Amino acid sequence: MVQVNDINIKMGGEAGQGVESSGAGFVRALAKGGLYIYGLQDYQSRIRGGHNFYQIRASEHPISSFSSNLQMLMAFDNETVTEHAHELVEGGAIIFDEGLKFNRADVDAGKVKLIAAPLKKIAKEVAGDDIMANTAALGVLAGITGYEISFMEDVIRRNFKRKGQAVVDANLAVVQRGYAFGADNHAADYQWKLQPMPNPKQRMVLTAHQAFCMGAVAAGCRFNAAYPMTPGTTIIEWMTAHAGKYDILTKQTEDELSAILMAIGAAHAGVRSLTNTSGGGFDLMTEALGLAGMTETPVVIVEAQRGGPSTGLPTKTEQPDLEPVIHAGHGEFPRLVMAPGNVLEAFHAGYRSFNLAEKYQMPCIVLTDMMLSTTQETIEPEDMDFSQVKVERGEYISKEQLDAMTEEWTYLRHAVTPSGVSPRAVPGHPKAVYITTGDEHDERGYITEDPPTRVAQMDKRMRKLEGARQEIAKPTLHGPEDADLTLIGWGSTYGAMKMATDILNAEGIKTNFFHYIDLWPFPAKETEALFAKAKHTITIEQNFTGQLARLMRVETGCVPNGKILRYDGHPFSQEDVVAAVKKEVNING
Amino acid sequence: MADTLVRPTTGQGIMMVNKVDIKMYQSPEKSTWCPGCGDFGILAALKQALVGLGLAPHDALVVSGIGCGSKLPHYLRVNAFNSIHGRALAVATGIKLANHNLKVIAVTGDGDGYGIGGNHLIHTMRRNPDITHVVENNQVYGLTKGQYSPTSEHGYLSSTSPDGSIEVAINPIALGMAMGASFIARGFSSDPKHLAQMIMLAVQHKGYSLVDVLQPCITYNHVNSNEWYKERVYKIEAENPNYDSTDRDAAWQKAQEWGTRIPLGVIYADPSRPTYEDQVPLLQRGSLLELSERAMRSDYDYESLKAEYM
Repeated sequence: MVQVNDINIKMGGEAGQGVESSGAGFVRALAKGGLYIYGLQDYQSRIRGGHNFYQIRASEHPISSFSSNLQMLMAFDNETVTEHAHELVEGGAIIFDEGLKFNRADVDAGKVKLIAAPLKKIAKEVAGDDIMANTAALGVLAGITGYEISFMEDVIRRNFKRKGQAVVDANLAVVQRGYAFGADNHAADYQWKLQPMPNPKQRMVLTAHQAFCMGAVAAGCRFNAAYPMTPGTTIIEWMTAHAGKYDILTKQTEDELSAILMAIGAAHAGVRSLTNTSGGGFDLMTEALGLAGMTETPVVIVEAQRGGPSTGLPTKTEQPDLEPVIHAGHGEFPRLVMAPGNVLEAFHAGYRSFNLAEKYQMPCIVLTDMMLSTTQETIEPEDMDFSQVKVERGEYISKEQLDAMTEEWTYLRHAVTPSGVSPRAVPGHPKAVYITTGDEHDERGYITEDPPTRVAQMDKRMRKLEGARQEIAKPTLHGPEDADLTLIGWGSTYGAMKMATDILNAEGIKTNFFHYIDLWPFPAKETEALFAKAKHTITIEQNFTGQLARLMRVETGCVPNGKILRYDGHPFSQEDVVAAVKKEVNING
Repeated sequence: MADTLVRPTTGQGIMMVNKVDIKMYQSPEKSTWCPGCGDFGILAALKQALVGLGLAPHDALVVSGIGCGSKLPHYLRVNAFNSIHGRALAVATGIKLANHNLKVIAVTGDGDGYGIGGNHLIHTMRRNPDITHVVENNQVYGLTKGQYSPTSEHGYLSSTSPDGSIEVAINPIALGMAMGASFIARGFSSDPKHLAQMIMLAVQHKGYSLVDVLQPCITYNHVNSNEWYKERVYKIEAENPNYDSTDRDAAWQKAQEWGTRIPLGVIYADPSRPTYEDQVPLLQRGSLLELSERAMRSDYDYESLKAEYM
């Protein structure tokens, strides 16, 4: 009956009640014990109030998705009970402060345990202030699940160190009282237990945005300009927090136009440059995107999607911008689009985006979303391998090479070459004084409307895509080759789709999962090869129109047998995917 | 020009400089401007100023937007980035932050710099990067064939304002003062010698420097013609040798002058204001370009980042 290290816990409350810090604290304590963690956050577009939650999944095995089925709900407000009590499984429990008033009819008392805990009372009695009720709650949670309190204590020491020993001691006393309450009164009849692994391996728990930044900075990114917009802002916040350590210059700008144009300016001058935004800000950047394409300036743009259109769902997840980023901007110019699906893919995208942008001298858009901005995953530290991060600058002419050039040598910034890539020198050297422009130009960079020159320049710019196509990350296949069902997705649905694939196979439904990472230039050959073998294909996306499905059709003629689309602002859980797939192919679950 | 010593009103001397020949700035391109366009005078003045400052073509970088005047960098041989309409200052700031060893000069028109680029303008002014901004202000949209611009006067007749422009014109001098621009001068395209001095002083000024240049559009602006300007402009220094451009109140008064008499010269300067780059500790150790080249040779410790997430 007792189940160890396999639990889903949701903590909910109003903004400002400490849901996030409580969740983050518990995640850290579990990770220290050697458990794999998946941490999902959900909040609203407001500073105070509203309904927010932090959902933690813990396991002894690698996990890449959250579950719809909860074993524990920690309610800091009554809305948490109303909204989420039904997600609890038989035998699950709700921990709440004894003073919390909620409609008992929202809870199936025969199925779920109600644990009224004296959280505020403990905090007040022990520390003289009920502000530490959250700490008491974490103590109760650890007490009920039997998780060793020393791990909680370590987290408290680390988190409150800045606030002084008195605060640390008070929190320690509160967590101990909470722990005793949980262990003494409710541990015996609660079946889900947590315990540290023997010789716990220390792993990393982080978001994809954090991992992206680590890859980017390791590839030499040293300039990041941005205008704040959720959920893209976590990028420039990371870069700013690490600016001192890595000599990064970050610049908050007056708008997104300025953000991308400053990045283009800095990139033109020779610094690897980044901007980050979300859909609305990206719309503002589109004219400059074409300028980067035309002037062949390598710049990386993180577009963290959220629910659209217009202001849409500012803090909710969606994948509505795949076609927009592929087609953004008037006129035709080459670009790269990557859509990492998890922490490690984001780390790789961090350095790959800068390398490919510079090698092919074109903008690279990295498409992420709310999920990848805030969701925490566990990775093995050795999988984040900095030794494989190589700086590849392509046809970059160094200062030393320029020094060696003869006086007769004429630098042609936009030289027509077989690969389309023109050797790039940065301004500041007497042997490479040049102009570039968003107007059509000749090889020297001067404006022209001469038809043959126009055609030669257009051809050479677009030709670069053929080289880039050889270097993009190919889609991955998870599951058996000869499956009856093939699920197809891109971006942040990766984790849920992967775990759903495993569940379906375990249930005897032979399924595999084809996941796109890089989407432009589109991996057409791989798509065609998949469709040549696949028996029944279903695309799964978080948008209304099925943008990946349409892209596949446009680029290859391949049409999936079914489409699963979601646009309610919420991410797919593994169970959501399983249920939707069964419905799509008429299998009763 | 190279041996002309210009004494700035801000009291800074001019550094005498290496040998630079104006021929070095000769572009192979032929201009597309109308014969008699004010842009010719501005181009001549800019070249003279660069030579006068002893800057070689690779020391400077000229960023422009879009418009007749923004084609200017094609007509002198210099590092240049001809960007998009209204955005020259943002590109220029990015370049300056990446390599502050380059003398960065933005060249825009009035619609370009004061209209569509207005947001970048006011924020660049308060940001104060060491950039010189030359605005070719002919009070009309020329390249799109004669619509009213942000500096067109109230009542200006054009194809899109047949009953006269309803808006009042932007006063770039007063706007600059209000937004914290640390150097503001006005020149006239038909007096390239004086304009060259203004540009030299602007480039020497540490911080954002605006040079608003009055120029005729001989094809589309039949009100503010060369003669119209000539009848009105006067040099502040000639009229009042004691004019103190660092006196904010006096400058504010001067900024309001328009109509029958239009002042030329350095109207306002605050040499004490630190530049944006000067206030970034990182950039005191070298240019970001140098630091970034170092980063690409990878002598930073990235492995230690992992501990933050463990």
